[in-house]
Amino acid sequence: MSRRFRFIALLAAALLLYASAAAQVELRLTWYDDGPEGQVMRELLDRFEAENPDIRVVMDTVPYATGILQSLPLQLASGEAADMARVTNLGGLSQYWLDMRPYLSDPDVWEANFGPFLDWMRPEGSDAIPGFMTQLTVTGPFINRTLFDQAGIEVPTGETTWEEWAEVTRQVADATGTPYAMAMDRTGHRLAGPAISQGARFFGDDGHATIDDEGMREMMQLMVDWHADGTMDPEVWIAAGGGYAAANEPFINAQIVLYMSGSWQVGQFAELIGDAFDWEAVPNPCGPAACTGMPGGAGVVGIADTDHPEAVARVMEYLAQEEVLAEFYGRTLFIPGHLGLAESGIDFVTDIESARDALNVFASEVPNLHPTAYALQAYPFNFVVFDTMRDRLTQVYVGELTLDEALERIQADIDEVLREEGER
Amino acid sequence: MAARATVVQRAAALVGRGVEGVYVLLMNAVGLLMEPLQRLVGMRRMAWLFLLPNLLVFTIFILFPMVLNVYYATTSGPRLYPQDRPFVGTANFERLFTCTDYTNPNTCLEDRFWRAARNTGVFVLFQVGGMVAISLLTALVLNRKVVARGFFRSVFFYPVLLSPVVVALIWKWILQRDGVLNAMLVSLGGEPINFLLSGSWAMAWVIMVSIWANMGFYTLILLAGLQSIPVELYDAGAIDGTSTLQSFRHITLPLLMPTMMVVLVLALIRAVQMFDEVFVLTGGGPGSATLLLVQYIYQTGFGTQNPRFGLAAATSVTLGAVLLVATLLQLRIGRGSERHLA
Repeated sequence: MSRRFRFIALLAAALLLYASAAAQVELRLTWYDDGPEGQVMRELLDRFEAENPDIRVVMDTVPYATGILQSLPLQLASGEAADMARVTNLGGLSQYWLDMRPYLSDPDVWEANFGPFLDWMRPEGSDAIPGFMTQLTVTGPFINRTLFDQAGIEVPTGETTWEEWAEVTRQVADATGTPYAMAMDRTGHRLAGPAISQGARFFGDDGHATIDDEGMREMMQLMVDWHADGTMDPEVWIAAGGGYAAANEPFINAQIVLYMSGSWQVGQFAELIGDAFDWEAVPNPCGPAACTGMPGGAGVVGIADTDHPEAVARVMEYLAQEEVLAEFYGRTLFIPGHLGLAESGIDFVTDIESARDALNVFASEVPNLHPTAYALQAYPFNFVVFDTMRDRLTQVYVGELTLDEALERIQADIDEVLREEGER
Repeated sequence: MAARATVVQRAAALVGRGVEGVYVLLMNAVGLLMEPLQRLVGMRRMAWLFLLPNLLVFTIFILFPMVLNVYYATTSGPRLYPQDRPFVGTANFERLFTCTDYTNPNTCLEDRFWRAARNTGVFVLFQVGGMVAISLLTALVLNRKVVARGFFRSVFFYPVLLSPVVVALIWKWILQRDGVLNAMLVSLGGEPINFLLSGSWAMAWVIMVSIWANMGFYTLILLAGLQSIPVELYDAGAIDGTSTLQSFRHITLPLLMPTMMVVLVLALIRAVQMFDEVFVLTGGGPGSATLLLVQYIYQTGFGTQNPRFGLAAATSVTLGAVLLVATLLQLRIGRGSERHLA
């Protein structure tokens, strides 16, 4: 082989490489992790990239509280967001989602499998298809069964109330020297289910969020009392300052008996608690009005500002395939947000009995979810409601406001944001 | 030996001539550019030409955002871009300042703004006062001939080198329920204290931590000020029989006053701008006990799913105005004391 031929071959190879790299579309996906799902998603995307060498997907994993709740809305407003994102505020930011309908090969399949959840993601009256659900979530309590056994106290069964759980978990905490009886994630979303159970209606006759009623007062007063008497872990709501805070760490470290959170914790608990102690999910306690938690979920959505809507739709179509999603839900231990898979069932990949049982408990909670809980989840301004409930209630715990003043402030905060948004 | 010295001298002379040659070449090149420019714009306008790059940077990155911020303060709505935002005049300022009783934040429309303003006032008062006092005391001690003076100067300056987030995280681990401080208290037979769950404890710690983190910088400035005071004045004082306290009051303090004013202005501005350390340490809590104005601005404009840019900008303008007045006042007082000294 002559030297000149070798040089030309090398040059051609380099040019080919350059051309293929230049032709490759790079998409960015803003992601957050509750457990191991980022790793599973990366593996699925690697397979997609192997089958579609013209598209490369880069995952930018960010913290949920600061990256998704705080920074993403600003990135969206300034047109600087990624091409896709995993989000929980599905409706409140729906004006920024990409309508993939024109780019999808079969939109009807999406409507059939994601229909009810698409309504959470799309602006009112629109038939847009912005994305798919990475998980359907249901809020509910977890308990540390080992602490009950150590205390020799029976775990309450059947229709229970929050007051009963507070009493029994206090006894368990006292008997076992556990620092606190209960903890709840620092968000109005987690509080909403118990409040609806107590009779909170959340909406007035005009369809706008209306907070002050007997049910809400009852639940908020319980929270105030539990923080005052040391039933609730104060590090979560009081010491966390202004923002979302989860109480998963104290639960994993066996420092609380009951933890009010939701189904998305199952994967993490299966991985991190292992066989350190027995844990389980229990049905949502009841109040006079219901025995409900809150539905919710996270979805991957396309962003309207993307330069590559067709490529985004191709990635989404790959990920939303039944067998791909079945693997994702199965390995992450997430409740499927896909009607077909929910019906056929998911083969959850875990040897841990607690995880399987917990998933069954959460699945069995779905029929008990109150219509108000669904309405609140679909309400585009639900994050305004949740955030102000969280912050104002904390001010009651520390004595800055009375409960009456807090309820007034919550309503005023909601009304002011709605006025600025031109909704009122 | 002499021959070796001659070689070194020749080499040094050669290097010197080389450097001079390069310098002359460079200056000639600059001259080639500047001379026609000077002829073109005139001698008096050359100063502006030299200032232009800096002025451009200042205009783009400081002046323009300030003007834009004032505009945002007069608009409303969730839209980010100025052209999409409806003009509302002084509505945001009116909202901020609507109170029936200014001493009680609960009677104000924006109660959290007033809580933040009150907290910022308390923080500035104690943090700046404490900072200046402790920095001065430390500088006075380090200015004396103490053992391992260099080591102690480094020790006091070291926290300044740490990132504010690192400082806050370290102290969070010390102060939290299962933190180092409570472990020590328990090991000494005491009861653990929830330092970050009580409003007054949290504010006290926030002040303490920020003093600890920043005092090294101000100590250094004051130390430089102390060392610039002529020793002869103290010698003269000693001959006149002045006590240590008298020489501090009549020599050190008056001559250190210009440096103290610089420290005071810098500490005041930094205290009013305080955000990162407090945000990481307490998040503004418990409740809003350590919520400072800059965090209020951040949370109103950026830390929420439904940002209120107009209100955040109005708070920012208000804070800027207060800071400007405070700085002018301080400078005026400083000049007054300098004139008095002269």
